Amino acid sequence: MAEKEKVFEIRDMDLYYGSFQALKKVNIDIYRHDVTALIGPSGCGKSTFLRSLNRMNDLVEGCRIEGKLLFDGEDFYGKDYDTIALRTKVGMVFQKPNPFPKSIYENLAYGPRLHGVKDRKKLDEIAERTLSQVGLWDEIKDRLGKSALGLSGGQAQRLCIARCLSVEPEVILMDEPTSALDPIATSKIEALIQELSKQYTIIIVTHNMQQAGRISDRTAFFFSGEILEAGDTRRLFTNPENPKTEEYITGRFG
Amino acid sequence: MRKRKGNKIIKSAVFFGSVRLAAAVTLGILALLLLFILVKGVPHLSLKFLAESPENMGKEGGIFPVLIGTVYVTLTSVLIAMPLGVAAAVYFSEYAGKGRLVHIIRFFTEVLAGIPSIIFGLFGFAFFVVFLGMGWSVIAGGITLSMMILPTLIRSTEEALKTVPGAYREGSLSLGATKWQTVVKVILPCCRSGILTGLILGIGRAIGETAAVMLTVGGSLKLPVSIFDSTRTMSLHLYMLASEGLSQEKTYATAALLILIVLGINWLAGFIGRRLTKE
Repeated sequence: MAEKEKVFEIRDMDLYYGSFQALKKVNIDIYRHDVTALIGPSGCGKSTFLRSLNRMNDLVEGCRIEGKLLFDGEDFYGKDYDTIALRTKVGMVFQKPNPFPKSIYENLAYGPRLHGVKDRKKLDEIAERTLSQVGLWDEIKDRLGKSALGLSGGQAQRLCIARCLSVEPEVILMDEPTSALDPIATSKIEALIQELSKQYTIIIVTHNMQQAGRISDRTAFFFSGEILEAGDTRRLFTNPENPKTEEYITGRFG
Repeated sequence: MRKRKGNKIIKSAVFFGSVRLAAAVTLGILALLLLFILVKGVPHLSLKFLAESPENMGKEGGIFPVLIGTVYVTLTSVLIAMPLGVAAAVYFSEYAGKGRLVHIIRFFTEVLAGIPSIIFGLFGFAFFVVFLGMGWSVIAGGITLSMMILPTLIRSTEEALKTVPGAYREGSLSLGATKWQTVVKVILPCCRSGILTGLILGIGRAIGETAAVMLTVGGSLKLPVSIFDSTRTMSLHLYMLASEGLSQEKTYATAALLILIVLGINWLAGFIGRRLTKE
């Protein structure tokens, strides 16, 4: 198999909230068009790590990051790096669906407009394309002008994924995207993630072992701020090297 | 056992009854006041009263220039206070963080809210009217009133900003929006009804103000044209009519109109607020 292209290359990353060290010497490579699952018990730092990848932690006061962090070969915590451009290329889907309190259409037009798309026709196209991508077009094409707050949880989350796609990212970060959804909506989102992985690189935090096993190519196991083990998902789940990993995935703690 | 249960029922009935009574008394006082003013004033309201100029210092004629003056002064104060207030609130809650300086500025804003209006009037008179040479005018009064309503606007906007879920901010930023774009396009639109509430409270305070207006706007009964003209607001007119005992009829008619206008504004605000939240 040919060497896959690295999207993120993280070396010896330390992250501090004030004096508390939340991540310790994290090393990981994220490959293009892979679905990478981040698993581990609550408070292990996996969400923190995810939110560092599009610099969402910049919002947190007292957050400090050290180490070598490369995105497409560039140090994205460097002094001159454009955070806005990073967040455009690295989109994010959150734990709880968070559509803006605007119409469905406006939710999808918001991102492109930020980046200078003003042509109504183009915006219409983007709305249709992204909604089709998430399999929502047929369901809601007749009520694009209605408030996005009227959608069901699963629909709202798919709208949020569509909104994320509207600015044509390379990478999609997902922070437990199905934890607020029922099983049917969850399975739809999982199918969607697999579909999207053909075009995008996906990094997903999940508490659900089966989910990680079903949809991811690679898995990283976080434990109290460190990555204890990372690698091919099937290998990690069937033949974990670290005893802690085995304990966690077999449900002995977590 | 049975007896205790009976006790409980009685206690609950007494409590419920007294709460009801309190509510009824409050409502009753309000109704009495409204009824009193409206019954005495409304019969003297007429189109002529609204459209004519006062004569004999208001003893006869209508209150047309006073109405215009009221709108003029109130609008000026709101137009000044609104952008300032919203901008200040955005600064406090989105940008400022928790520094010492912010703490001090915030403290002074709170103090501003508690200063008696006559002090504002005195300052407005000394500074705007005399020192800056604006004379008794719509603009001097407008600025003075805007300082008075600023704290209300800041506070209600800030309260509204606080209720906007952080998830909206994150959602917007994650799409590559700047902080400024996020505030203007996502956060502030969520606060429309909160800002509106502050605006209404501010207008209410501006319309109801007498002392500060008297010292800064003057009291001319001529129709104001430029913002440098002196004029008179309804509250001030009412005060003059009542204190000089010019005309009972006109006094109550003016009072009734003032009440109707304030009620109207409140109703309108509720209506617009409901429309905004529906969107």
